[in-house]
Amino acid sequence: MAAQTIGTRGLVLRGLAKEYTPGKPVLRGIDLAFSPDGITAIIGPSGTGKSTLIRCINRLVEPTAGEILLHGEDLAKLRGRALRLARRRIGMVFQEYNLVERLSVMENVLSGRLGYVPLWRAWLRKYPEQDVARAFDLLDAVGLPEQATRRADALSGGQRQRVGIARALMQQPELLLADEPTSSLDPKTAVEVMELLTRLTAAAGVPVIVNIHNVDLARRFAQRIIGMSGGAVVFDGPPEALESHHLQQIYGGEDWL
Amino acid sequence: MNQAALAARRAFAPNWAARGALIALAIYSVYAMGQLDITWDRLATGFGEAGRFLARMWPPNFERWGLLVEGMLESIQIAILASALGILLSLPLGLMAARNLSPAILSAPTRAFIALCRSLHYVIVAILFVKAIGFGALAGVAALTIASMGFIAKLFAEAIEEISMKQVEAIRATGAGLGAVLLYGVLPQVASRFTGFCLYQLDSNLRNSTLVGIVGAGGIGGTLFAAFKRFDYDFVAAILISIIALIFLAEVISGRIRAAMR
Amino acid sequence: MSAQAGIAGPMAPLHREWHRFTPQQRIARWLVWLAMVAALVWAIRSVEIIPEFLADAPEQMADLLVRMWPPDLAHYYPGVHAALVETLHIATLGTLFSFLLAVPLALLAARNICRNRLVNGLAQLMLVSSRSVNSLVWALIFVAVFGPGAAAGTFAIAFRSVGFVGKLLAEALEETNRGPVEALTAAGAPWGSIMLKGVWPQVQPAFWGIALFRWDINVRESAVLGLVGAGGIGVVLDDAINFFQWERVATVLLAILAVVIMAEIVVTRIRARLI
Repeated sequence: MAAQTIGTRGLVLRGLAKEYTPGKPVLRGIDLAFSPDGITAIIGPSGTGKSTLIRCINRLVEPTAGEILLHGEDLAKLRGRALRLARRRIGMVFQEYNLVERLSVMENVLSGRLGYVPLWRAWLRKYPEQDVARAFDLLDAVGLPEQATRRADALSGGQRQRVGIARALMQQPELLLADEPTSSLDPKTAVEVMELLTRLTAAAGVPVIVNIHNVDLARRFAQRIIGMSGGAVVFDGPPEALESHHLQQIYGGEDWL
Repeated sequence: MNQAALAARRAFAPNWAARGALIALAIYSVYAMGQLDITWDRLATGFGEAGRFLARMWPPNFERWGLLVEGMLESIQIAILASALGILLSLPLGLMAARNLSPAILSAPTRAFIALCRSLHYVIVAILFVKAIGFGALAGVAALTIASMGFIAKLFAEAIEEISMKQVEAIRATGAGLGAVLLYGVLPQVASRFTGFCLYQLDSNLRNSTLVGIVGAGGIGGTLFAAFKRFDYDFVAAILISIIALIFLAEVISGRIRAAMR
Repeated sequence: MSAQAGIAGPMAPLHREWHRFTPQQRIARWLVWLAMVAALVWAIRSVEIIPEFLADAPEQMADLLVRMWPPDLAHYYPGVHAALVETLHIATLGTLFSFLLAVPLALLAARNICRNRLVNGLAQLMLVSSRSVNSLVWALIFVAVFGPGAAAGTFAIAFRSVGFVGKLLAEALEETNRGPVEALTAAGAPWGSIMLKGVWPQVQPAFWGIALFRWDINVRESAVLGLVGAGGIGVVLDDAINFFQWERVATVLLAILAVVIMAEIVVTRIRARLI
């Protein structure tokens, strides 16, 4: 591709801005470059635009301005089919799992292939055999080997998030976005889910951008931490460099430290 | 204690508004009865007539059962066709009218169209179709299709507006196209309610299809109207019993299906 | 089919297949679809639809609509207006009459008010039979009894509404709390006072809700009664149609539409104020 020669590998954001209501910016011109491997954690207080930032990358939220360059291709300019083809290269894991509750676990995992298979196959559930085999392998990998035919709303929170991860990896993504993947889980399950996410994405060689409000989890699993406050990046560096004055700057105040 | 103090100590304030409304209602009734020419005289003769009418209905006359069965079958056919067409057309209409999935520029006119379908009584629609395209079942099917669209497209749209958008968002994030988003993100959330609405509509189309014949739009209603006109009241009784039996049967069956689906 | 594919895939050491439904579910679903398609095919094949009519239908409909335009608004007053007022009278008076019959029947049908199972059953039967005859059929019956005119329409509306109103009222009565009734009974209150002070306050909101709901429906229904000679605007509509005065038909249809929409607005307003 011609576009690929212009930019570098990985994801680059240039001047990314978003206003839901004019004059009230949620993102104030974000410039970031993400390396094509490893886990990047975005931390920051609620309502600071972390979620908006992540949703702008796969255009679930329309950015107001800026460029989103994935391997040199500007996703912000894509429309229709081109946008869908870009989305299928980007997996996403959600805070509240966002499984289709009335479908089975297997259907949820296979829905990761919806960007690939023709509509009639999706409708009749006639997925290519290698897709079904991969889905079973992924269910094994996330530790839900016997749950394929259960309905998604019969699962516990931790199990649902594992299905969510399997669905995202089913896309064979080049990038994985995770929007507060552990916020709805208890502390033990949260660690287990983060370990799973780390292990599987490392094995698949997929870079991860994760929004997380738990600073300890961020330090433990990420190679790079980005601190946001008021719609702008205020810290960017390895976990070791994150000190309490940075956290004060990100979250404000000091009593909680 | 004087009168004023007694009045002040009353436990309940008299509800003058309610009393006034009741009196107004009574006055209105008398006035409206005068306007509509409903008098005791008329009621008295009416009750005498009613006795004679009932006497002539008994015993129900099933001799012309061939005509009866033919009419009933045609009513059932009208109901089935109108339900099928109405449901098929309501699926896109309901989707277009749902404000969470369709842009306002599409949903507003669709909602107006659905409201228009609902606001005219199906018998009036039937009579217009009879005049435009001729007597027979086709007019009945067309009229009941319009009525079905008015009801279930609205219910479909409401059901779609109540779905969780998070599940839709997740499917969109996989790169799925519009069709796949509908099949995976929307349909599973509304399928069981849609089935319920469709059963309900089939039920009410069955009731209504026994009537549209009164204006010439096919089905048992035509037979009923003709029997009334010829003062064949024992045949009228037979037809009414058959219609009630059919409606009752349909209600029992759809009740069973609904219970089985839970 | 999957078995063959399993052999074809040499890489899969353990072939696992997945189906959305179990075989029994698939057969059941298939049978349901088959029944639906069969019913549809039967209906299409045996219904008496003349193909020429069907081919012609869109053109004829368009022709009719063209002939309706522009509506003959000059025709509205006084003929259509008087008929419209008569329709409203039929709907309102019919609703009032229906309550005269429905309230006693509901009291008899509610199992916590009337303790006699046989009477409950009889009252329920009367309510059901009222409901299962459509108002247009009730109109035919009352035209046969009273002769053509608004009186027949009023009674048709009333008799059709009895079943609807009675059923909903009986349900509201059965949902009432026993507490106040027991307290009044313990205080030695007579039956009438118990009903008025113990039961009525509890069902009052439901009562007004039902009345408004049914009145709204009755406004719609009374507009068609004239087609069988039971008075109201339907008579005017029928005449205009029979004389092929399509501009007048359009006027009547617009008048009906306006009244139906107004009734809906009035009902929503009053309900918002009552609740």
